[in-house]
Amino acid sequence: MTDTDKPIVELRNVHKRFGPLKVLRGVDLQLPRGRTTVIIGESGTGKSVLLKHILGLIRPDRGEVHIDGQRVDQLRERQWVPIRKRFGFLFQMGALFDSLTTGQNVAFPLREHTTLSDEEIDRIVGEKLALVGLDGVRSKWPAELSGGQRKRVALARAIALNPNVVLYNEPTTGLDPIRADMINDLIIKLRTELGITSVVVTHDMTSAFKVADHIHMLHHGEFIASGTSDDFRGSADPRVRRFVTGDADLEIGERTDPDANGLAGGGWDAKP
Amino acid sequence: MADETLTESMLARLGRFAVGLIEDLGDIWMFALRTFGQCFRHLLAKRDLQRLLPQFFAIGAQSVPVILVTGVFVGMVLAIQAIEQFRAAGLENRMGVIVSLSVVRELGPVLAGVMLAGRVGGALTAELGTMRVTEQIDALRSMGSDPVRVLVMPRFLACLLLTPILTLYCNLVGVLGGWFISVPIFHVSNWAYWTYTKVSLETWDIGSGLVKSVFFGATIGLISCYKGFNCEQGAKGVGKACTEAFVAGFMVILVLDFFLSLFLKSLYESIWGFKVVF
Repeated sequence: MTDTDKPIVELRNVHKRFGPLKVLRGVDLQLPRGRTTVIIGESGTGKSVLLKHILGLIRPDRGEVHIDGQRVDQLRERQWVPIRKRFGFLFQMGALFDSLTTGQNVAFPLREHTTLSDEEIDRIVGEKLALVGLDGVRSKWPAELSGGQRKRVALARAIALNPNVVLYNEPTTGLDPIRADMINDLIIKLRTELGITSVVVTHDMTSAFKVADHIHMLHHGEFIASGTSDDFRGSADPRVRRFVTGDADLEIGERTDPDANGLAGGGWDAKP
Repeated sequence: MADETLTESMLARLGRFAVGLIEDLGDIWMFALRTFGQCFRHLLAKRDLQRLLPQFFAIGAQSVPVILVTGVFVGMVLAIQAIEQFRAAGLENRMGVIVSLSVVRELGPVLAGVMLAGRVGGALTAELGTMRVTEQIDALRSMGSDPVRVLVMPRFLACLLLTPILTLYCNLVGVLGGWFISVPIFHVSNWAYWTYTKVSLETWDIGSGLVKSVFFGATIGLISCYKGFNCEQGAKGVGKACTEAFVAGFMVILVLDFFLSLFLKSLYESIWGFKVVF
């Protein structure tokens, strides 16, 4: 396997619990370089916790996290800095700094980690804001923006340092369908033009089908299905079908034989 | 049988409380060490100094009115309570002594500390707590920045450096408040008030009050930032953290005041001996 074939991020048997609540129960995940991996699942199944493990914001109780072949889950906070500079993280609610204007928010990582001049930073901030369709708001405060605008500014901030990997936590939730599609296009554009590896946590299936090279479904802290968009569209697993179609009335029933619902066949990497 | 279960559950609760307390103390000590480490490492970096200025304004300049009101009323109340007794003993000329010594040694630093624990401590905990629940602290980490350096260090330093200055203001207006009651209202001699104030107050008294206020400032900064950083989810979590920060800050200030007074007093006596002004 050459370097470019190796997964950029790999999670091995990751377990995490918060008090009595087991959030992740042995998750294995590989993120192929330059691809978009989508993680779907109901609310509260551990998607955000999983995403935060990739960047060391949460440490696993058991299991390993590897980035570029290096084990990172035991690194000290300071040793994470060079790794985190190569990653962008879009938070669910944006997580913009309230005390800074929109422009200062996007400029923040540039001021922290580069020695660029003010003019240069200004230019990059304008460029990134234009990329998310918001160049006119740089002097506004986050509180003056709508939820969707905040999320787009947060995305501009996440890609300010031109990261190799961008982790998106529900990038389209709370956006109108047109803005949501714009974000989808942006994710695709970052992948095709800049070769950025993306991980998208979402429960918006339109977005998932549009951007995904590969989809994994998390259910009660475990992956229950992996495959391409087409695999998911044609899935026979009632849990997958229920989620994909958004039909709350669909009966799930007890699953006893994994082969019976098609998970093990037809290009699926069923996880036990 | 029921009694045994009750005793057991009380013991278990007591045990959990003790373990929680010890864990908290360990955590806050680690937090303090991380903060000191960041201060030593980055104190003179340009970007860190730039972050300090807004905190100086929020923690220092904006606290001045509260501190002035506290100081002046403490001085006035003290004078009102003392004047009758002093007059009965024919000692009203010495009003300056009781007011200035009480305010400068004890009441100024402690009340300024307590007021700041409420005003500044509450605001810091609420701000950092909200940043935590809205994932802003995680966002900082995700961008490769150390939240202790970016958020805690400037707030801690502003508390540490400005509490003594605010205490000086509190002392000054406290003595003026005592003067206002003693001289214009109860007709104590102006000359006597200021002369006895001058005679009784030594640099040591002012200095010891300031030493205390440095500790109080550090306490306020560390406890409120720690509580904000470890805030539970939601508006309720932020509210709880603010209350805890204020109560903990207040208690620690009182306990610290006792031990620092004891220490400073024995230090003074071992150098200069017992002090009597009358």
